[in-house]
This record gives sequence, structure tokens and C-alpha cells, in this order.
Amino acid sequence: MNAMPPLKQRKLSLKERYSHLTRGLGWETTYQPMDKVFPYVSYEGIKIHDWEAWEDPFRLTMDAYWKYQAEKERKLYAVIESFAQNNGHLNITDARYVNALKLFLTGVSPLEYSAHRGYAHVGRHFVGAGPRIACQMQAIDELRHAQTQMHTMSHYNKFFDGLHDARHMHDRVWYLSVPKSFFEDACSAGPFEFLTSISFSFEYVLTNLLFVPFMSGAAYNGDMATVTFGFSAQSDEARHMTLGLEIIKFMLEQDEGNVPIVQRWIDKWFWRGYRLLGLVSMMMDYMLPKRIMSWAEAWEMYFEQAGDALFEDLSRYGIRKPKYHEVASKEKHRLSHEVWSIFYNYTHAAAFHTWLPTEDEMKWLSAKYPDTFDKYYRPRFKCWSEMAAEGKRFYNPTLPQLCTTCQIPMGFTEPDDPTTICFRSAEYKGERYHFCSDGCKDIFCYEPEKYVQSWLPVHQIYMGNCGGAEVKDVLDWYHLNFGVDNFDYEGSPDQKLWDEWQAQKAANPV
Amino acid sequence: MTIDIRTATIQPRRQTYANVARRIGADKPASRYEESMFDMQATGEFHYRPTWAPEYELFDARRTVIVLDDWHVLRDPRQFYYGTYTITRSRMMEASEKAFAYAERRGSLSAVSDQWTELARHYLLPLRHYEWGANMNNCNITDIGFGSAITQAAMFATMDRLGIAQIVSRIGLLMDGGTGTSLTAAKQDWLEHPSWQGLRRAMEDLFVEPDWFQVFVAQNFALDGILYPLVYRAFDDEGQKQGGGAISPLTEFMLDWFDETSRWVDAVMAAAAKESEANALHLSDWAASWTARARQALEPLATEVLHDREGEVLDGIVDDLAARCRKIGLRA
Amino acid sequence: MGKVSITLQNTDEGRMLVDAIVADNPAAEVSRMPALTKIDCEDRLSLRRETIEERIGRRYDLQELQLSLISLAGNVEEDDDSFTLAWSRGASPKHS
Repeated sequence: MNAMPPLKQRKLSLKERYSHLTRGLGWETTYQPMDKVFPYVSYEGIKIHDWEAWEDPFRLTMDAYWKYQAEKERKLYAVIESFAQNNGHLNITDARYVNALKLFLTGVSPLEYSAHRGYAHVGRHFVGAGPRIACQMQAIDELRHAQTQMHTMSHYNKFFDGLHDARHMHDRVWYLSVPKSFFEDACSAGPFEFLTSISFSFEYVLTNLLFVPFMSGAAYNGDMATVTFGFSAQSDEARHMTLGLEIIKFMLEQDEGNVPIVQRWIDKWFWRGYRLLGLVSMMMDYMLPKRIMSWAEAWEMYFEQAGDALFEDLSRYGIRKPKYHEVASKEKHRLSHEVWSIFYNYTHAAAFHTWLPTEDEMKWLSAKYPDTFDKYYRPRFKCWSEMAAEGKRFYNPTLPQLCTTCQIPMGFTEPDDPTTICFRSAEYKGERYHFCSDGCKDIFCYEPEKYVQSWLPVHQIYMGNCGGAEVKDVLDWYHLNFGVDNFDYEGSPDQKLWDEWQAQKAANPV
Repeated sequence: MTIDIRTATIQPRRQTYANVARRIGADKPASRYEESMFDMQATGEFHYRPTWAPEYELFDARRTVIVLDDWHVLRDPRQFYYGTYTITRSRMMEASEKAFAYAERRGSLSAVSDQWTELARHYLLPLRHYEWGANMNNCNITDIGFGSAITQAAMFATMDRLGIAQIVSRIGLLMDGGTGTSLTAAKQDWLEHPSWQGLRRAMEDLFVEPDWFQVFVAQNFALDGILYPLVYRAFDDEGQKQGGGAISPLTEFMLDWFDETSRWVDAVMAAAAKESEANALHLSDWAASWTARARQALEPLATEVLHDREGEVLDGIVDDLAARCRKIGLRA
Repeated sequence: MGKVSITLQNTDEGRMLVDAIVADNPAAEVSRMPALTKIDCEDRLSLRRETIEERIGRRYDLQELQLSLISLAGNVEEDDDSFTLAWSRGASPKHS
């Protein structure tokens, strides 16, 4: 008994500790061949010679993970709880703001869930323990985001319309096929492309444009619950972004042959992500009653400046900026106006309300977009507002043609001419396909066999797969409450209630 | 800041989300578990077939022979959503941290007899690889399982298994003074020692098993159902007698975890068995064949640690598993 | 070379971290927005555990940063005593 002297414990550094607790957990299988256990790591053409060369950013072990995440959750649910108890929805600047939340819950939250499953796929199928653990942690984080968003919005759902059936709508409603197809495109790709698309192009390059202005906007508009879940989620996002940069470097450092494959994915996913963010541009410029910064300013800060530094850093591997980034920069002064116009056209078929900007708001837009707003968009809004005043509110009665790749109605203009709608098309196996841009056309032409599968909402309606031939039938099939969830904010049940609450507030000052 | 509006005037217009209301009734407030679990996964209108499995949709119920009308019957009796999950685990881990801190400060593992230390290194430390395999199997269920009820709970199980692998590894680091030599030796055992090969082979076979529900039964019911009581109860009891008691507080986490998680595993299997005779048959077959295999795989280790009591102890554990089977409506 | 950046929440802990970052990196540029603060710095930015501990008067584990972080840009280098963001991790491409 007790033959050994007490062991002296070396204090392990963070790196050593992490390495002992993760590296070496996996093993080379011998009863089953490795390529049967990990069947998906080679078909994309990416060559990995040494999985051990993976650099672990944020060396989190599960003990620390549970501890920090539990602390974040305790704080977050305390805020959600008090928001509900104090009827926090009464403190927002204006009920129009809630429409941004509707777009978020139906458009973005289901993506968080998809990301959860996508990262679980890679978390199972990568070979190295390091990258697999990073993916698994992201998989459970993304589940967290989806769930905390459902919980935060739960209170809003009790008082406002259009938040009641997010998953159902996400799968069916015409404009929600834009985010849905984006994410399914990524999840149906191989593991390396998935990480390039979501971890790098989306999380690292573009996600700041979604979360930071959105959450800052929520704070500015009095929505403390959303700010809290947003920032609580972002604290995970910093870890995810780092995974994005590491995976790119890992692929590029492993084999020279990986460079052109990665470049093509960066090109594809930059454009795909940028098109998706068109929805955010309109949210920033039109849907926040109090605005933080314009889409153009955000694009400059988060893509042009931050992207310059990033792509300069990656240039030593032979990676250049994504193709068509200059088109995105040309479009920055018109993107939000074009997208908002599309929704104004089709507000009868949307699950959130639209409106025309007030005179004050138009002043802000003129100041932020001095070269474009007064010239192209103010006259359009003026015309629509006159039509509405005469009782002839403009609706577009025909179903729009959709871009086969991004699935947005064809409403974007030529890169060098903001007055001409941009149309591109390509033929594949005797059929003609249509696109909103060169970026979307290129993506299709590289993988036509994938994009011909697209579940295009307008085509599906015409094929009779969406509940019927009348708009009303289709909206029923969407679970969209006609005359409640759709049409202008002006005259909506949301507005009526909000005005009542405001009147009571005025009658009972604190 | 609260705003003084009489509560009567701000009645909620609905109690919960419509998809939840369709399941539980419209006028009932829903639990957080229900609001963040039901219907989270897409079930239709998919755009592209996965390039890695083009014969299936992105999420596809046909990836197991188990058939359910509504996959949300596979509810988690713990009602875990992310928040309650992490808070529960962080509490359990706090208790473990105290045990580790105590062992580290007092050097209490050096009080363990040489002989038992040798044995514990051999029977306990290679389990970090078993746990990593279990992590992989549950991650696979999260990946290709169907419906958010089962897949989210499998996600939690995935992370649990990584956490347990790391607790086992920390015990090794306590034993080898932080050098990691014990972990290297344990890997050698896992890869080469004859006593471990039955278990390793079972794990590797599960890695390539296409039916995820079978993986669920094999891993979470049969293999764990034998291994956990054997290692963390029977071996630990033996250790108490042989001067190995100082190790026990470090493996408390696993016992608590197993008790808690078994309820989930049983509830999932019971719900699937209840739906049809065909489901119950599949589940019974899997439970029976994997229990037999798990027993066989663990016999050599049981003999090394328990000597001639091996048969009796394993019989008891297998009987307990059979009782669990009967309770959840399986043939055993 | 380009700027690295870190964005933190405007909480008590976040404000303290901003303060520590500015102390450790005199060239850092601070922009305050509703609910968040973004800090940019040419090439690299480093945060030392000691600097934070001086401000909060207790042991600080740099992994606690995760509770306040919102976003970052640059390569992360983390050890027990410092958290660094930098462009060009030094090494030139090492193709096997």
C-alpha cells in the first residue's frame, strides 16, 4: 500500500491541457476501413495530408464550455423573464419595428437550426478530433441560437401578428425560399464546402452585417430582449468566426491543389451570401424606426474595410477577393431601395407589413444616399404615395419571375445602370433558366445539376403544389392570415393595438 | 422601467406559436421545451438532394426501419432545451471540479494501491476512446436522425460524451503527474490489448451502421447499459475493497449522468415501441443482439477486475437490462 | 497591413475590457455604438491578463472574454497570459 510518493502535479498550460483532453481521442480504425468510417472527406477534391496540423482556436474543453454557456443562459433568461413580466414590447420605439423581428424569426431563426444540423454532419464526418470538436460545439451553439430566438420572440408572438408559424412559413413562403435555399445549398454540399460557405463566407466575412447592425438597431429601438439574445449569441459567434478563418487556412496550407477549389467556393458563397443580405439592407434602411447606420455605411465598414485586411492576409496563399465584390460595392447605393420596392409591390403576399418612408425618413435616406435616393427612389415613393392617397394603392398582381439561383424576384438593376433591370439566362438540357446577375448565373453554370432542383415558389404555385390557384389559397397554405399578417402597416391590427396602448400610456403617465 | 397600463388591457392575443398550439391545444401556455423543440426541423419543400447522400432528402425519415407517424413522440422526459441542459451540466461539473481540486491538492490518488492504480489505468483510461466513439455515434444520430425531438437530445448526448471522455482523461493526468504518459498507454491498450478488442470492434461496426435508430439502441441502451453499471458501479465497488476508494469521487459524474440519461433512452424506445408491433420487434431484436454482444465484449475486462465474480455480476446487469426492456414494452 | 478589430458588449465587464485594451494598445481606435463598442487597431492588438486583473482585483481567466465578445477580425493567438489578434500568423504558406 501507498508505495508511491505523492505525485507532483505539473500545472498544465491552456494549450497542453487542451491537447491532452482532445487530441488523441480518435484512432485509426482497423476493424472497419477508415474510408468507410469517414466516407465524405475526399469527394470534393480537397486534399488533407495531416489532420494534426489543425490549429485549435479557443481551446474550450467541455467543463469550461458548460460553465460559460450556463452563465450566459442564466443572464439571458433573466432578461427574457423580466421583459415578459414588464410587457417590454410596450417600450419599443414604434410597432413598425416588430416587422423586422418577423423577418428575423421567419427568415433567420430557421437557418440557425439548419446550421445546427449542418455542423453536426461535419462534426461527425471530419477525421481530426480538433476540427470535429470545433464543429460539434458550433452545432450545439446553433441549436442554442434557434432556441433562444424562439423563446425571446415568444412574448412578441403573444401580442403581434406574423410570428406565429415561423418554421412552416420558412419552408413555404415565396421570399423565405431565399434563406432556405441558401442554407440547403450549403448543407447539401460536402463538408469542406459547407465550412467554407457558412463558417468562412457567411460567419467570418458577412455575419457582422447581419447581427451587429441588427442588434445595435434593436437596442436603439428599445428592444432589450432582442439585444440580449443577439449579443449573447454573438459571443458564440466570435468562436465561430475564428473556426471560419482556421478552416480556410487549414485547407490552403495542406495542399496547393486546394487553392483553386477554395477560391471558387469563396466566389460562390460571397455572392450567395451577399444576395441573401439584401433582406438585411432593407431592414436597416427601411424597417428600423430609429436607424443606426445605412446599409452602404455598414457595407463599407464590415465588408470593404474589414475585407481588404482579410483578403490581403489571404493573398499569400494565392487567394484573391471574391469575384463580383466590385458589383456589390456598386450596388450598395441602391440595394435596399430596390428590395424594399419589391416587398412594397407584393405586400399582399408577405407575412409582414410594409409602408412608405415618412418625409423625415426620406430626408435621412437622401442624406445617406445623396447620389441615388432623390434621383431614382424618392420620385417612385412619391408616385406610390399619391396613388395610395387616391385609393389606388399600387400592388403588383402578377407573380414575379425568380432568379433560379438566389430565388429573389428579378428586381435588381444592371451594375452600371440603376434604371435597367438586369436579366441573365442560360440553357441547360434544352431548358432556359433565368438569373438576376452574372454572379448568380456563374453559380448555376458551374453546377447546373444542383440548381435545376430548386424549389422555386412561383413555379410551384403554377404547378398547383401550393394549395390552389388563387392568391388566397396560396396564403392559406402558407398559414398566413389574410388581412391580418399581410398588407400595409397602416390599417393593420398591429397598428390598431399599438395605437390603443400608446393612448393608454398617455392617459396613465408613470 | 415598467409602464403603468392596467394588465387587463394588455391581454395576450395568443398563448403560444401556432405549431405548438396545434399539438397541445390553443388556449394553453406552452413550456419552453415545447416552444423551442417542436417542428424545428424542415420536413418538406427541400431544394437540393445532399451531394453526400443523393438517394435521400436532406432530412429523411427513411434512414431507419423504425416508422413513426409523428416523430415528436420521441420526447425527452428531462425536457432539456439548451439552457436547462447547460445549467444542469454546469452544476454537475461544479461538484466534479471540487472532487478534482481535492484530489489534486491532497494528492489523494497517490494513496491508491499500486496494484489498483495499475488496474484502474487499464480498465478506466481507455474508456476515453469508448466515449469518443459514443460521441461520434450520437453525433451521427443528430446528423441523420429525423425530427427535432430526438436529434436535439442526441446533440446533448454528443457533448456529454466528449465531456465524459475529458473527465476520464483528467483522471489519467492526475495519475501520471500531468505528463500524459498514462493516456498514451491507455490508447495502446484500446488499440492492441486483447481485453479491449471486442468493445473496439463493436464501436467500429457501429460507425458504419446505416440505421441510426439501431445505433441509438446499440450505443445508448445496450453498450452503455452494461458498461456503466459494470465499470462505474461493480469495478468501483471492487476498488473500494482494494484501496482504490479515492478514485470514486472522480467518477460520480458518470453515475449521475447514466441514471439521468437512461430515463431519456428508455422513454425514446418506449414511445417508438408503442407505435407498432413492427417497431417493437426491431427494437427487441436490436436490444437482444447488442446486449449479447456488449456482454461478450466486456467479459475479458470483467474477468481481469472481478476474477471469479465476473459471471455473477454480468448476469445481474444483463437481468437489469432485460427488466428495462420489459418495462418499455420490448420482448426480453 | 490592415486593421484587426474586436467588438465588445457595453456591459460593466465589457467597459472594463475596453479600458484594459486601450491601456495595452495605445494606438487602438475606439468607436462606441448603441449597446456595443468596436475597437480597431493597425496590424495587431493584444490583451494581457495582468492588465485586466489589475482592474477587477481578482484572478481572471482569459476564456471569460467569451462572455463579452461580440465580434473580431484577425487571427487569434491565445495562451494563459494574453489574447492577441493579428494579421499574418508569421508563417508563409507551408504546402506539403
